[in-house]
Formats: sequence, structure tokens, C-alpha cells
Amino acid sequence: MIKKDIKIINELGIHARPAGMIANTSARFVCDLKLIKDKMEVNAKSIMGVMTLAAGKGSVITIVAHGTDEVQALEAVSKLFRDKFDEE
Amino acid sequence: MLIKKGIAASLGIAIGKVHIVKEENILIEQKEISKDKIKAEIKRFKEALDKTRLDLDSIRAKVLNVLGRQHAKLIDAHHMILQDPLITKEVPKLVAARGINAEFALSEILDKAEEEFEKIDDEFFHERKHDLFDVGKKILSNLVNREKVDLKDLQDPVVIVAHNLYPSDTLHIRESNKVLGFCMDLGSKSSHTAIFAQSMGIPAVVGLSDISRQLVSGDTIIVDGEQGMVIISPTPEIIEKYKIRKEELHKQEHFFLRLKGLPATTRDGHKISLLCNVDSADDSGELANIKSEGVGLFRTEFLYMNRDSVPTEEEQVKFYSAVAKAVPHFPVTIRTADIGGDRATQLGIKGLKDERNPFMGFRGIRLFIKYPELLKTQLKAIYKSNTEGNIKIMIPMLSSVDELITVKKIAQDVRTELMEEGFAAKTEPEFGIMIEIPAAAIILDSLLGEIDFVSIGTNDLVQYTLAVDRINQYVSELYEPFHPAVLRLINLVVQTAHKKGKPVSVCGEMASDPYAIPVLVGLGVDILSVPIKMYLRSKYAVRTMNFEKFSALSQRLLGLATAAEIRRTIEEEVK
Repeated sequence: MIKKDIKIINELGIHARPAGMIANTSARFVCDLKLIKDKMEVNAKSIMGVMTLAAGKGSVITIVAHGTDEVQALEAVSKLFRDKFDEE
Repeated sequence: MLIKKGIAASLGIAIGKVHIVKEENILIEQKEISKDKIKAEIKRFKEALDKTRLDLDSIRAKVLNVLGRQHAKLIDAHHMILQDPLITKEVPKLVAARGINAEFALSEILDKAEEEFEKIDDEFFHERKHDLFDVGKKILSNLVNREKVDLKDLQDPVVIVAHNLYPSDTLHIRESNKVLGFCMDLGSKSSHTAIFAQSMGIPAVVGLSDISRQLVSGDTIIVDGEQGMVIISPTPEIIEKYKIRKEELHKQEHFFLRLKGLPATTRDGHKISLLCNVDSADDSGELANIKSEGVGLFRTEFLYMNRDSVPTEEEQVKFYSAVAKAVPHFPVTIRTADIGGDRATQLGIKGLKDERNPFMGFRGIRLFIKYPELLKTQLKAIYKSNTEGNIKIMIPMLSSVDELITVKKIAQDVRTELMEEGFAAKTEPEFGIMIEIPAAAIILDSLLGEIDFVSIGTNDLVQYTLAVDRINQYVSELYEPFHPAVLRLINLVVQTAHKKGKPVSVCGEMASDPYAIPVLVGLGVDILSVPIKMYLRSKYAVRTMNFEKFSALSQRLLGLATAAEIRRTIEEEVK
């Protein structure tokens, strides 16, 4: 199991579209992927789960990956955050 | 005939036939599925998902056509919800584990998701739950295979009655153009559907508890969005009465438009200033459009929202100047930000702990005095924006002389710094305070020497005078602007300020309440500041009242002991 803290830097936070991108990307991997914020834990493959985090700009999220392709999965999801979810 | 009270969500009156929008997920029965049938049940669920996917595709094509790309994106989000493991994996799991039907399993999963969404404070995310239920509802209707008339296919004008309406329903309503009014079991004044109804100008009453189960399509109903009630199966006499009322309202709307540019003067020639409340710089266009006489309350909190750093002086100047220039010949009263400790923490100010009771806590000028840099930046921006010479400064949440002296000292420092920077102020902005805390009203005589004007924020003044948190469901009924204590405090403020020749404004909700307006004006209030969309209505209330009469009446009201007596007395006069 590996994990990583990441800060949300895009202006609008994780609204519907970024939540969808996280869920879509996560679904490509077989490992378990979880997002944790303020003790709340959700399945990263679930768009609804990700949205219930209500994570705005500046909040910090822990990504936890567990499974065979955990390294690639963690990197792919972190990249979305770093790229600000392609927000213009 | 039956009358039901609800919440007035959108003004106006509608009379017509009921069209019930079925809510497939409120009466889902639990059925047992025997072990050998579970596979078939899950297959049935998967088929419903496939069918929903096709439905969404065809809706998306139509939406793209009719409403454009932005709205089509909403359907894309729905597609993703449809693929959510919460639905594709959890539902079949529950069906297999408990041996229950797919409808019931799905509605249980949705209920659980709703609970999660209910915990979210952020309104934007909170409201996203409707997208989830929109999709859930579509799957359910495919599961039960019920054919349902889409709202966009409505043939005749109808009044929509529903348990709750969803974003996709409102899209269809816009398309159909056949909806006279709405009624809903659920909802509040700020729910998605209410806001939609207001923007479309469709009368709506919400929060009617079980109306969708009491009516059938074809019943006659009157939606009274003025008084927040509906009349089911009205008698011909009542229908006639409402038709006349509707005609009157229609004329009134036109009439209100004619009030643009006319002074806010009572019948007997007493002139007051009627100003607007502004929440963002986007309002500046509308200010000019309704020919507002200026801004009585410019709330600046929006500048501090949705960000993790304090807004810079330059950013602030941009916004203040835009509003000041929109109404160059009229006053623009800027209130320094009334933000709380939670917001300050998000702006990067460290060391603040969560407060037990933030309304009684670290907010408004209290916070700005502790962090004078915040106040200095805002004051500097305000001084620099005053190129038209029409800006005034107003301080929120002030409760003592010490605070006022501290703030004035900081303002003096800012002016000195500006002078050193070579910035010459054109005119000195007037300086005033908000009266929200009863203490400020009671010691006003000691504050007046240092200020040019006062503005009563009735929402907070009522809350602090009566010790009632209006969003606390157990006590919100005790929130009563016509409580004798409130009227007497307002009177005290007016009397004290006028003795020193200082003007008094009112900028809370009371300022646009048609029953409160004549009383406030009667008590001698000089300025009313109201939401932009209430501006012309409020002007009507001023222009139709008689000042002499209400001065006398207001004095009588001050002697009454209960809110009920006060309301009754006003209602008799205002008719």
C-alpha cells in the first residue's frame, strides 16, 4: 500500500467534472484507490463518492492506492491534480 | 375547496389544471427475490442501465440542439454517474446479498448517498445530490417500465405538482413553455427549482409536504406565490377573485416599471432616500437600469470567498471603482468585510481555533481589529477608489467606543500612509457604523461624535436582541422583526441620531417588507436600502403611504406589548 498527500490547486476545487476525471482515471487500474479528507474516506472510482468530499481549493487530500498497479495508479491520479484538471 | 400553506418561492398567481409529475422513487416496495431468480434480477437491472444509457444519449443530442454545449455537459456528468460503481457494482451486490428486488436495492443505495450529501455544508456540492437522483430516477423508471409523459411534451398549459423537481425537469419546462406554475412537496426559497422559477417568472409554492399525493392530474388549482399558499378545487367565486387579483398584479408589474426615476416620496410629500444593496460588482449594470439613487450597503464579503489568500488592494480597487462609477452622482456605502474566523483560516491566517458559536464570536470589525493589516488594505482600496467622491465607509459588528476609536486611528494611519505615497484624496469619505448589536444602539449617543451616519442591519439586530438564531429550527419561530423590543430599539436609534443631526438608514430585510416600510419611514428613518429586485416594489410602498398618518401610528405601536398586536395594527392600516 502506498499513499500521498496532495493539495488542491485548481480554482474551482473538485466539482463534477474533476470528480468525473478522477473516477474515470481510477477505473483504468485494478488496484483499490481511496481518497481521504478530514477522516472521510471514499472510493476514487466512484464519481459520487469523490463529489461528497466537497473538496475546495486549498484543501489537502490523501490518496491511498493498494494493489498490483498501485504505483502507476497513484501517479496517474496525482497528475490530474497537478494539471489542475485541465481547467482553463 | 382546500387551502394549503407552503413557502412562497416565486411571486405571482397561476390558475390551471394540475399535472402530477410522478416520483418513481418514493413508493418503492421491497420484494423478496428467491435465490434462483437473483441472476435474472441482476440482468434486469443491467438492462435498465443500458436503456438509461440510450435515453441519456438521445436527451444529450436534444439538449445540445436546443440549449447548447454547457447544458449538454450536465448530461455527460449524468453518464458518469450511471457508470459509478456505487450503482453498477453496489446495487447487484445488495440484490444478491439480501435477496431483494433491484428497485429497492437502488433506492437504498441512493438514500445512503443522500445522507452523505446532506452532511456537506457547501451549498454547491450539496445541491449536486439532485444530479444523482435525476439519474437514479431515470433508472427506476426504466426498471418499472413505466411510460411517462415528458414535461417537454406537454400539450396544454398546466400547473406542475411534484414531490421534487430535478435539474433535467427544469430543462424540459423551459423547452415546453406550457408551465403556468409549480407546487412541490419539498423545497425552500433557495432551492434550485425556486431560483429557476424566479428567473423564469413562474409562480411557485414549495414545501407543501404531501401535496403531490393529495392531487391527481386534471384537478383545478390556484398557486398563490404572493402569500405562499395553494387552493385545491377552488369554488367559481374564488377563481373569479383570483383572476381579478392576477390582472391587478399584472398591471402592478407594469406600474412598478413606471416608477423608475421617480423620487421615493410619500403621498404627503415626505422624501426619503431609497438605495440598493449590492453583493458583487456584477450588480452595477442593474443599478443603472433601475435608476437606483445609489448603494446603501455594498457587501464586500464576496471578495474574500473561494480563495486561499487575502484579496490585494489592486483587486479591491477594481471592484469598488466599478460600482462607484456605475452611479457616479449617488452615494456608494461600502461596508468593510464581515468575515468570520473560519473564513480567515481559509485565507491563510493561522492560529485560529473553531468557535462554538461563531455568530457571537470572531467576526466583522472584531476580526479586522485583531488583524489590522486586513482592515488597512481594505480601507486603502476604498480611499483610492473614491475618484467620484461618492463613497462612504461603514463598519460592521461594532459594539463599543473603544472599537470605534481603534478603527478611526487605523483609518488615520492609512490616510497618512497614502499621503506619504503621494496619493491626494479628492474628498474625505463619510464614516459610519452598522447598528446590529443592541449595545451599539443603547450607547449610540457616545458614538455619534465620531461618525457621520448609522445604518441599522435589522437581520442581525433582531437576532441579537431576541437571542434567536434564525437557522436553528427549534427557535426560528421566535425570530420576529415586529417584536416590540426591536421597534423600540429602532426608535431609540432614530431619536438619538437625529438629535445630533445624523441620518439613519435601514438595510436589513425589514427595509423591503411592505408592512415594515411605512413603520420605518413613520419612525423617521431617512434611508432604506433594499435588494435590487425589490427596489421598485419598495418605492411603490413608500409612494403610497402617508407620512403624517404613519408617524402617529408608529408612536402608538411603540406602546404595544406584543408582536401580534403590532402586526394586526399595521395590517389594518396598510390595506
